[in-house]
Amino acid sequence: MELKFIIESILFSAQQPLSPKDLRELLATAAEQSEVAGVKAFKKTSLDDIIAVLVDLEHEHDAAKRSYRLACVAGLWQFASQPDYAPWIKALVGQKNRPTRLSQPALETLAIIAYRQPLTRAEIEQVRGVAVDGVMQTLVERGLVVQIGRAEVVGRPMTYGTTPVFLEYFGLGSLDDLPAADELRRIVVQKPESLLTVDPGLATVPPEQLQMSEADGAARPAEATPAAASGEGGSPNAS
Amino acid sequence: MTDYKVKFEVFEGPLDLLLYLIKKEEVDIYEVNLTQLATQFIEYIEVMRLLDLDIAGEFLVMASTLMYIKSRELLPVDQQVTPEGEDDDEDPRWELIRQLVEYKKFKDAAAQLQTMEERQENVYPRLPGKPEFDTEQALVKANVSLFDLINAVNSVLKRLGQRGELRDIFEDKWTVSEKIESLLTALRERSQLKFSALFASATSRTEVVVTFLAVLELIRLRQIVAVQGEAFGEIEITRAPQPEPAVPDSPGEVAHPPS
Repeated sequence: MELKFIIESILFSAQQPLSPKDLRELLATAAEQSEVAGVKAFKKTSLDDIIAVLVDLEHEHDAAKRSYRLACVAGLWQFASQPDYAPWIKALVGQKNRPTRLSQPALETLAIIAYRQPLTRAEIEQVRGVAVDGVMQTLVERGLVVQIGRAEVVGRPMTYGTTPVFLEYFGLGSLDDLPAADELRRIVVQKPESLLTVDPGLATVPPEQLQMSEADGAARPAEATPAAASGEGGSPNAS
Repeated sequence: MTDYKVKFEVFEGPLDLLLYLIKKEEVDIYEVNLTQLATQFIEYIEVMRLLDLDIAGEFLVMASTLMYIKSRELLPVDQQVTPEGEDDDEDPRWELIRQLVEYKKFKDAAAQLQTMEERQENVYPRLPGKPEFDTEQALVKANVSLFDLINAVNSVLKRLGQRGELRDIFEDKWTVSEKIESLLTALRERSQLKFSALFASATSRTEVVVTFLAVLELIRLRQIVAVQGEAFGEIEITRAPQPEPAVPDSPGEVAHPPS
């Protein structure tokens, strides 16, 4: 018996999403209840093996282009339909019970928190350029964001981070699945070495090494001369 | 009521407005003419004031920053003063551009989150019910009383009466036992029937009554169960759970009830 298909069959019948640990326990329980050697063999399956098999299964189902896929949401695995088939499933089981969609300010604030957590309210406001009190309250009330600690600065302000509810709401397996996670977690906008020579009336001259296009993003670090990165100006690592 | 003000929803803040102005100019953030931008920004604030919109403090702070940048532009580089407490490196233009670039990235990320939010609305997890190996679950819903049934059939009869005066006269061809058969056949094909659907095709008062008698008879014989999901909701007819677990799916047995 192949571990992959055992895991698949469990997830197919599961009434709730299961974690790799849940699966490991199930394998152990089944081994205890059974006398069959083939079942006992999986008594001590390692978590790594289970995770590897889950990822394998996920890819297989994706490659098969079925109407459903094996999805990992907030670290828990389950089968779920592809969004394209929603009209028919909706007719069958009814509208999903979802809270109202988030407003634009809420989404922006949430994006900043998701990529930069943990961070304080002041740091969020610094990025957005506006006060976020009302929006933060909404996000906390909806359980998408929680206080996760205090910053080691004057006044010890609260720091905020996202919750598993956040991952569930957006269908993310983990924070690493956020789009462009690496880039946005720490945007270090490099200050050009010779700043923008002044031309009266024309404020800025384009610093060539700072072209915004995403494709060039990777080339940026090469330009980061030590002089420019000396610290004060360019990149306030908000800490 | 007098406190009510229309919020300027279009722009989330001064950075959002600046991004909009830059986008309108169709230039890269890094290539934007900040002096021109300052003028446009202040024009917008003027318009907002004309419209009596609440101008948030952040807009005014940004306006003053822009004015400061603009005023600096008027001086030759060698005569520009570095304000106290500010490093030579800290060019206000750069600071603003850096902030804009960062904000823009998060705004884009927010747009992606929005796409994912909409997508996730349409993803249905597979949540199979726990297989119930006893068959009591139909009784979770309230069993309807005889009066509920009479009430329901009464409204069917009323509706029938409203269908209009002119109609063909048919021979009453239905008997209770025939209706019982057809009901059981229908229930073999579908797991449940709506009470009102039983009478949808009825052409005469007699047929309604005969059908109703068939329903009552089947309930008495414990062949079917009538349940009502909610108060005043639609009454549903389902097959009665078969007490004999040995033959779980035997239509023949349904037709010949133990009496």
